[in-house]
Amino acid sequence: MKPGTTTAACAALIRRDLTLIWRRRGDALNPILFALIVVALFPLALGPEPENLRRIAAGAVFVAILLAGLLALDTLFRSDYEDGSLEQLVLSPHPLSLLLGCKIAVHWLTTALPLIILAPMLGELLHLAEPLRWLLPAALLLATPLLSLIGAVCVALTVGMHRSGMLLALLVLPLYMPVLIFGAGACNAAQAGLPYLAPLLWLGAALVLALVIAPLACAAALRISLS
Amino acid sequence: MPTTPYDRPALLEAHGLAFARNEEPIFGPLDFALHAGEVVLIEGDNGAGKTTLLRVLSGLLAPSSGVVRLNGEPLTLARLSPQVALLSHQAGLKPELTALENLRFAAGLHGLRPGMSPISALAGVGMDGYVDVPTRQLSAGQKKRVALARVLLAPVGLWLLDEPYANLDLDGIKLVNRLLENHANRGGAALITSHGAYAYTSGTPRRIPLRSQQGDT
Repeated sequence: MKPGTTTAACAALIRRDLTLIWRRRGDALNPILFALIVVALFPLALGPEPENLRRIAAGAVFVAILLAGLLALDTLFRSDYEDGSLEQLVLSPHPLSLLLGCKIAVHWLTTALPLIILAPMLGELLHLAEPLRWLLPAALLLATPLLSLIGAVCVALTVGMHRSGMLLALLVLPLYMPVLIFGAGACNAAQAGLPYLAPLLWLGAALVLALVIAPLACAAALRISLS
Repeated sequence: MPTTPYDRPALLEAHGLAFARNEEPIFGPLDFALHAGEVVLIEGDNGAGKTTLLRVLSGLLAPSSGVVRLNGEPLTLARLSPQVALLSHQAGLKPELTALENLRFAAGLHGLRPGMSPISALAGVGMDGYVDVPTRQLSAGQKKRVALARVLLAPVGLWLLDEPYANLDLDGIKLVNRLLENHANRGGAALITSHGAYAYTSGTPRRIPLRSQQGDT
């Protein structure tokens, strides 16, 4: 009697999460609609002058996508916690951190990646400057996985509590700030004609670090939440 | 039933096992051993700590004192045992997925018992007519049967079943007893909780009484 392979377990988990997202695809559209609405409201509030909008475009898109991610964050473990699937995940013979890494990856693919693809279009609504059309998605490509990983650890810590939304936001926002500052900072530097590579490299370094540490921290936090 | 089950090391041993939440004792200290081929009943009133005991034995909760040994190896939070299948109050089934999809996922996660498939496990609990029905549309008793199929499917020796009889009709209760008997006959062991309304009827199972510790002082 021996358990299946870890690869099979990860594949089963990824397939299940993708199926679940497909069956609830209405909910999966929420973050995209949210970001779209936030960005579309800026010209209404600030007036339609392209110069004004261009100055804030990259930052506004960044903030909208960050908040949309925050909105989707709570769904990461919530339903699994409530129906007992999380218990089964913890009791499986495979490394929990690896399984959670797969879960976070699926979550990022389905909530953040569509927004990154849409980012140039969102930028266009705010007259995003020409050189930023590729830099903004690139910065988001480094920043959003980092946000998902940091967020996952905080969700894992709070999933056992009732109405943890406010606490989650309080925990997550200070940790999100450096990511926002580096990501949006790179875009602003490029817009001003300054070197922008350093903040991107910092984001990349932080992402590598988080890829290694966050799933482990997430696993430890979930074990605490379940006890 | 194997004739001399006590030759082998115990599947599960507890020594001085106790659990307290916020300094308030929930159960224990308990000493017992569970050998292959045994079904043991944990009896106690509501709030006596039956569920908590199963969670400690499965490794989800750390005991406040004492040790749990699975096949002679101490159980730690960092390294949970791949030897245990737990059936808890929440069935661990996704309402959006069909019974078969839920079991396929469980098989991927925990592995398959040799000679068993998700379909045959569903047939084994009398749910073969509901293979493609989303779990959301099943009744509480039917969900329990699918959850039992998940336990049946896992390639493990030790079953920890929390209230396996709850929500089941008379046929279902007989089914649980039959599953337990077969499991014991092939060398497995099971620990089940019950508040006494229904009980494992095959032979005379050993009982571990739990008494509520609150208000004792």
